[in-house]
Amino acid sequence: MELVLALTVFVLATLLGFEVITKVPPLLHTPLMSGSNAISGITIIGSLVAAGSGFKGLAAALGMCAVIFAMINVVGGYLVTHRMLKSLKKSK
Amino acid sequence: MSLNVINFVYLMAAVLFVVGIKMLTHPRTAVRGNLLSAVGMALAIIITLFDHHIIDFKLILLGIVIGSGIGALLALRIKMTAMPQMVALLNGFGGAASTLVAGVELMTRGEFTTSFTVAVAASGLIGAVTFWGSLVAFDKLQEFVLKGNPIHFPAQQTVNFIVLGAAVAVSALIVLFPENAALYWVLVGLASVLGILFAIPVGGADMPVLICLLNSYSGMAACATGFVIDNSVLIIAGALVGSSGIILTNIMCKAMNRSLGNVLVGAIGAAESGPSADAVYAGRIKSTSAEEIAMLFEAASRVLIVPGYGLAVSQAQHVVRDLTHLLEQRGTDVMFGIHPVAGRMPGHMNVLLAEANIPYDKLKEMDEVNGEMDQVDVAVVVGANDVVNPTAKTDPKSVIGGMPIIEVDRAKTVVVIKRSLSPGFAGIPNPLFAKDNTLMFFADGKKAFLDLIAAVKES
Repeated sequence: MELVLALTVFVLATLLGFEVITKVPPLLHTPLMSGSNAISGITIIGSLVAAGSGFKGLAAALGMCAVIFAMINVVGGYLVTHRMLKSLKKSK
Repeated sequence: MSLNVINFVYLMAAVLFVVGIKMLTHPRTAVRGNLLSAVGMALAIIITLFDHHIIDFKLILLGIVIGSGIGALLALRIKMTAMPQMVALLNGFGGAASTLVAGVELMTRGEFTTSFTVAVAASGLIGAVTFWGSLVAFDKLQEFVLKGNPIHFPAQQTVNFIVLGAAVAVSALIVLFPENAALYWVLVGLASVLGILFAIPVGGADMPVLICLLNSYSGMAACATGFVIDNSVLIIAGALVGSSGIILTNIMCKAMNRSLGNVLVGAIGAAESGPSADAVYAGRIKSTSAEEIAMLFEAASRVLIVPGYGLAVSQAQHVVRDLTHLLEQRGTDVMFGIHPVAGRMPGHMNVLLAEANIPYDKLKEMDEVNGEMDQVDVAVVVGANDVVNPTAKTDPKSVIGGMPIIEVDRAKTVVVIKRSLSPGFAGIPNPLFAKDNTLMFFADGKKAFLDLIAAVKES
């Protein structure tokens, strides 16, 4: 991908993020943090390639560590967010 | 599989992330929003396994099993009171993963463009700061090694700037000599020190700001890694998280009327001006009993409960719910007033009370309860101090001057549940405790509510 194109994507996504996230009420700020945190686990994509490209030695070991860290982030983040959101109930 | 198909699926994942976050704006749609976001992540992971670079699945499988196991265990076992620690830890792992990916890319690439090496350096720097900063934040909240207090040492700012300068210099060397991968690990080492230095001066009630900022950093690290591996879904997802963290950081700082810089150097606590505790409290403190409060409740039609971090510390959320139910059965209207920085992360009190089965429509924001404060018969403050301190409004020179507060002093009667008259994180006395309409109930939060329940049942 061309650098300018990548920067375009970055800037637009940041603006979109500001637009959407400003509307999240304080009630949901903790789930927003843990949920967005799980999204930052998207780095798992790079981790998978790093761990699976058949590198030897240090690079392979680091790749696998990256997969472990990113998966903790992804699974832990989504699951704990789900747990919190499930507990939100309205008055009967 | 063709690159077009893979990239198309990445686009779908990015759309699901955005829609998922958008659905987090309302509690009714939030559960589905989170699930959609998770589906997006699952799609992205599965399609990546078809990437033609991947030839060996052993390490991948092992990593996924171990990582998912630890993640699931953490998520299911963690107590709601410990949610700030959990989020801090997860932030850190995300940052670490980004750092490692960038490192592996640098070690295994044959040719380097400048934009690639700049992105690698950014990824290493931000990721390692995030990881170590988050570990310090986790430790401070959990109180394993460091206690929650701010840590200061001589020439702290100078040391910080020297380490930052060194990290930037090594980053420049990486861009100039990308073949030398050892430089990258020097950078990671320096950034690790920087992450620790950056987190230790922040303490106590300022932790929400630190966690929000680290949340943002973890997104930025993922974003930088997106530039490293030339992948737009990482850039989009990282940018979303980066902006989310920045917005929350900003909200937290505003709710304390302090600048981000002031919070990060840990400047609060130097309360040299203002009256002493003795001058504020002498002879004016009225202590009360559970029976007396029960009588107040009986005469009250509206009760407001203002919780703070002390509620989480004494694990009182379930007994608070029991008292709420009891009062409601007797026809009293019970509401909760939640300050934006109550607790140790944004929304901490909300999830704590929600998990104790308190309906979310009873959890009111600061502005809303302040608007209705004149109709409140009894305001019960539990485990909160600075966020209800009227000094914030009366003395602009005070360390908390100008900070928006929950104005319980305007309620007909205020009951403060507290173990002693010790000051809050800001280190200043609270004139609320000495007001004519304030009664102090000196007890641990949980025990106080158990006594109150017994007293209400008897009356």
